[in-house]
Amino acid sequence: MANSPRYHREKAHRYRLEAQKFSSGYVTLANRYIDPNTGSREFEIINLKGTGTILSYTIVHISSDQFGHQTPFPVAIIETDEGARITAMVADCNPEDLKIGGKVQLVFRKIQEEGASGIINYGYKAVLIDN
Amino acid sequence: MRDVAIIGVGMTKFGELWEQSLRDQFAEAALEAMDNAGVKKLDSLYVGAMSSGMYVNQEHLASVMADYIGQEGIPATRVESACASGAIAVRSAYLEVASGMSDIVLAGGVEKMWDTEDGTFVLAAASDQEYEAYNGVTFPGLYAMMARVYMEKYGLTREELAQIPIMNHKHAVNNPNAQYPMEMSLSTVLNSSMVADPLRLMDCSPITDGAACVILCPLDQASKYTDKYVKIKAIGAATGPIALHDHKDLTRLDAVRLSGERAYQMAGVTPRDIDFVEVHDCFSIAQILCVEELGFFEYGTAGKAFANGEGTYGGKIVVNPSGGLKAKGHPVGATGVAQILEAFLQLTGQAGLRQVPNAKLGMTQNMGGSGGSSVVTILEKI
Repeated sequence: MANSPRYHREKAHRYRLEAQKFSSGYVTLANRYIDPNTGSREFEIINLKGTGTILSYTIVHISSDQFGHQTPFPVAIIETDEGARITAMVADCNPEDLKIGGKVQLVFRKIQEEGASGIINYGYKAVLIDN
Repeated sequence: MRDVAIIGVGMTKFGELWEQSLRDQFAEAALEAMDNAGVKKLDSLYVGAMSSGMYVNQEHLASVMADYIGQEGIPATRVESACASGAIAVRSAYLEVASGMSDIVLAGGVEKMWDTEDGTFVLAAASDQEYEAYNGVTFPGLYAMMARVYMEKYGLTREELAQIPIMNHKHAVNNPNAQYPMEMSLSTVLNSSMVADPLRLMDCSPITDGAACVILCPLDQASKYTDKYVKIKAIGAATGPIALHDHKDLTRLDAVRLSGERAYQMAGVTPRDIDFVEVHDCFSIAQILCVEELGFFEYGTAGKAFANGEGTYGGKIVVNPSGGLKAKGHPVGATGVAQILEAFLQLTGQAGLRQVPNAKLGMTQNMGGSGGSSVVTILEKI
């Protein structure tokens, strides 16, 4: 379950797809102080275009309560064209159209609601695109 | 560093323990282990639990347990490494005995999973909360994504994958502490409800209450207490990426490979020397990935080898004689200790109908998350 300050900190990633590109070329959406592969601490902020490729996917049939009203829903591991790896739901698709190697575009969507207060938490989901 | 032995073990039955609380479970297993070893006073204890706070709102666990097993006053430490918490507890106890700081140390693991309503939410906390769980993926979902890539890459069929729970359930029939000691048919696996495509309910380890404990002491003191003890020949631990998407190859678990390499090196043995292995089959696909990382089978071949009977009695190596997590049960924090307990029983000839003949070297492998951590032990018959 998210809460407000915690959610606030992630807005740059979730709203604007801001990622770090380290001097080694490593790109990460998750905030890091150090490139785990090279130890580099030099990076610039880039905005991901949001296009990418499905590396694997599943259809979640049993979820936590937070997402229970949405089951079954697809989730995929995606590598963006810049090389960032992310995990995201795939929206607006027929599950049979999912495939490893399929192309996606990340879009801004509601992800969940926060506990008792019901504050809406947004973020990125993927939609399939023709390539 | 001193050599270290395990001189006693104890565990609860694994299952739905409605009449036992978290501390009851631990106390039963701990007192049984102390009685089994013939010790009345501990120098120290370690307890592994993934999430007693989220499951039953109890933190400060080591103090609770020291108090409730009549050892108030000793130093006690709770350790956590998700599903590998149990083996991390044993490793911590090992280091304390090997260093010479303490002589008699209890290592235990416990989890109370049936008292909570949203167990899927608790387990997802072992993934990357901000970048995986936030976006709705579950633990079965993560392993499903590994399975999909593996099946596509290596041509493993759904029927072959189903052979793993079938094999583990067959082993569990002879384990009186197992949660589900019954055989399972192919149609039961293939027709069980979908959890995260392509994984079905019978690919998934169950929700389990339970505790397991072992008592460690210096090897040269072991015979003072008992004639049934084993030597901890090696312990290797490693970490891997916390998020599955950061694994360069989604069919590989680098932490398992590294922890295995460290254990083999420390023991001075190779996979060929190992008589049986308890691996972390939290999901059917995990058993395949883990035995490959440990060097028992080439990458891409273990699934088909299991389907050909290479993982059971009379095959290449007996994998999960206890029934594994799938059939014995998976009380998260207790699992790593229970694996080591199984190896103890096998190496001291106390495994009953599931005894691996002439077992001299046994291995256990306990994994956290989607490969975020792994601990491998090698235990030797004395």
